[in-house]
Parts: sequence; structure tokens; C-alpha cells
Amino acid sequence: MNKYILEHVGYTVTDPQTGASREILSDINLAIPEGQVLTITGPSGSGKSSLLSLLNMMRDVTSGRILLDQEDIRKLDVLDLRRRVGIVFQKPYLFRGTVEYNILLGPRLRGTEPSLPPGQLLERVGLSSSILQQEATRLSGGEQQRVTLARTLANGPEVLLLDEVTASLDADSALIIEGLVRDLSQKHKITVIWVTHDPEQVVRVGDKNVMLVEGHLLDGGTKV
Amino acid sequence: MTYFSLFLALSFVLVAVAISFKEDLNLERDLLAGTVRAFVQLMAIGYVLEFIFALEKWPYIVLMLSFMVLVAARNAEKRGKGIRNVFLVLLLAIGASELVTMGMMLGLRIIPFQPQYIIPISGMIIGNSMVASALTLNRIKAEVENRREEILVLLGLGATARQAAGSSLQASLKSSMIPTVDSMKTVGLVQLPGMMTGLIIGGTSPVEAVKYQVLVMFMLTAAVSLTSMVVGFFAYRKFFTDQHQLVI
Repeated sequence: MNKYILEHVGYTVTDPQTGASREILSDINLAIPEGQVLTITGPSGSGKSSLLSLLNMMRDVTSGRILLDQEDIRKLDVLDLRRRVGIVFQKPYLFRGTVEYNILLGPRLRGTEPSLPPGQLLERVGLSSSILQQEATRLSGGEQQRVTLARTLANGPEVLLLDEVTASLDADSALIIEGLVRDLSQKHKITVIWVTHDPEQVVRVGDKNVMLVEGHLLDGGTKV
Repeated sequence: MTYFSLFLALSFVLVAVAISFKEDLNLERDLLAGTVRAFVQLMAIGYVLEFIFALEKWPYIVLMLSFMVLVAARNAEKRGKGIRNVFLVLLLAIGASELVTMGMMLGLRIIPFQPQYIIPISGMIIGNSMVASALTLNRIKAEVENRREEILVLLGLGATARQAAGSSLQASLKSSMIPTVDSMKTVGLVQLPGMMTGLIIGGTSPVEAVKYQVLVMFMLTAAVSLTSMVVGFFAYRKFFTDQHQLVI
């Protein structure tokens, strides 16, 4: 079953000063199966990050439509959509405070409980629950990225959007994150959409790869 | 004071004009225009106040205060380009701050219902509220730009625009209130404020003048915080869509 279906998706930005418009993504057709890891590659400026931002409605499509579980995402409650579709950025951004405070941030924003106790979430990303009370911003880069992953998992997402999450990490930390994400996808049926520059990473983690060049999908795309 | 003495005071402006000319600051025209405007505006307000004070009728007081709020909102409006209905927001913020603080002072009988008390004190409330609004509008844009990464993380976690902009809003409110808080700390040590100085020159005893000044300082903290809060609450929305998307 497909988790996401993108039908003729286009995204154009208009400069509010000059009124000039620029096409970022054009006629994207793509089906993303549930529980798989889809990697998106392509040169800088090809529209990879923009595509991710359309999937959790950080931006709106300017043409076409995106379906999540067969439903147009524009008909969903946007705050609920962003809890169902978690995003992790390239640079781990943690708030000053303990690891626990950071992990509980998402659920606290809406006054609910996390999908799992914070200690278990840490263990799920390969960290010891003993660091819960440590200052989050003092952890190493790799540990910080794993905490941001745990923070996203605290919302109980069905989909993970990963925007070059290992680009600022050393090789060992990157491999750890790759293993964790594969694990999340296989054991917990989380659909992963992973933007990466690294062709070897594509081979290691991806069930399917698509390439974007100047806003167009080159291969692996699915006609729908 | 005679008009001749006032004319001699122009020599002070000439000092500034000379410095501008010598240092090539290119401010001569602005200085001269400012001098003429200040003279004309203040003389005009002097005659208007004399007229209102002599009438002692409340509709004229309300009219005068409304005009002051209107001018203050129009002036602060320039800082909020792109914010929907910014003029109305400023009218609401500055008007509410005047209404609440002046209402409290009259209601609690701290000052009598007489134009010579209401209008000058309102001038201070409205003027300070105007500056606070401009500071809030200026600052909130810079804060949202600087905290873009933080805001995107919060939105990605399912935060509302209000939740995501929380720290930007907090920082801009703080920065617009700091000048008032700082002047409260140094008043009497570094500077003798205008109202107190004016009362002393006018022959009021220094202790009586200080009482009014204390009242004004306390009142301004309420006015400034109230205005900044209302302006900030409306201004942050400019940077988000209804779908909680950051547009900066």
C-alpha cells in the first residue's frame, strides 16, 4: 500500500518584491510505499528540500496534489499532519535544557504524553537513558542528531522526513543513524523519505531512489 | 520668557548646523526643517491647550486625546510595513494603553479630571507607547529572522505559529520595555526627567514635583508593556500563514 502519492505536483515561488516567479518543482508524480525507505538525490538547488517541505505542508503545492493514506493533505489538520509526518533537519537543533526536556517538546506543545517514555525513546535511537538529565546542547554532534530523532519519534510519527541528516556528522555517527533509521522502518513500519547527497548512503539505506534535477524527477518516479 | 529670548535660543541650533556643515553630515536642511516644525507645532499646541484649558469641557479633551493617538499611530505605522491592518493595530494598542492607564488614574482619583492634568500626562503615555510600538515592530522581524531555525523545528514538531514565535515575541517585548525599566533605575541619579524639571521651573516644590514624576514613571511601565503586548500579538502573525507556515 502506498503511504504517499504525489500527483502532478508543482511548486513555484514568487518574489514579493519583483513579482517574478521561479519554478522549483515541476510535474512530480511519485508513489511512496508504506514502511519503505525512499531516498531522494540530486544536485544542490534541485528542489529536494522543497519537496520535503511540501510533504508536511511547511509549504503549499502550487499545482497538483499530495495524498497521505489516500487523503489530500490539504484536507487534513496541518498540526496533526506534522505530528504524523516528523522531520529531522541537517543540523541538529536542540533547545537549551535537558535531553528529557527536548524529547518531550513535541507532546508538550499539544499537552499530551509521548509515544513512549523518554528513556525508551533514547534507547530506540541507541542512547542510554542515563543521559536524560544531561544538558542537551553539550552532547556530541552525533548524539545530538540522535536526540533530535528521538524528539521526532516522541510524536509517534508514521512518516519520517530526513533532510541530509548525516551531512554534518562524522562517518561513524552517520553509519549509526543509518542503522537506526533502517531499524525504525523495518521493525516499526515507519515510512522514511531521506534526502541525501551521498550515493553510497543511497545503496546502504534506500529501498527505492529517485533523482531530482532542476525540479524534475529523472528516474524511479511512478506514473500515477 | 520673551520671544526675543526664544529667538536667541536659535543660536543653539546654529551650533548643530555648524557641526553638520564642518563634518559633512548633510543634516543642515533636516535641522532647519526640524527647528521650524518644532517651533510651529509647539506654538500651535500651546494655543490649542490654552483654548481647551479655558473651556474645561470633556468633549474637547477627548477630541484632543483622539488626535494625539491618531498621530502617534500614523507615525509608528511606518515601522510595520507589510503587517495587515497595522494602523488599526497601532490605534488599538496605543488607544488601549491610554484608556487603561488614564482610566486608572482618574478612577482611583490619583489626578483630578481637569485638562491641565489629563492632556500633558496623556502626551507622555501616548508618546512612550508610540516609541514602544515602533521598537516592538522593528525588533520582532529581526527576532523571527534570527530564530528561523528554531521556528522551523518547532513547526515541524506540530507547534502552532503562536507557539513557534513565542521566544521571538518574548524577546521583542522585552527589548521594547527595557528603555522604560532602565530609566526607572537611573531616574534622579543620571537625569531629572522633563515633567519634574518643568514643575520645579514652574514654581512647584521639588517634593511635590517628584511625587508627580514617580506617578508618571509607574504609569509608563504599564502603558509601555500594554502597548508592546498588543502590537507584538498582532505583528508576529505577519510572518506566518493561516496554515502555520513561516513565510520569511
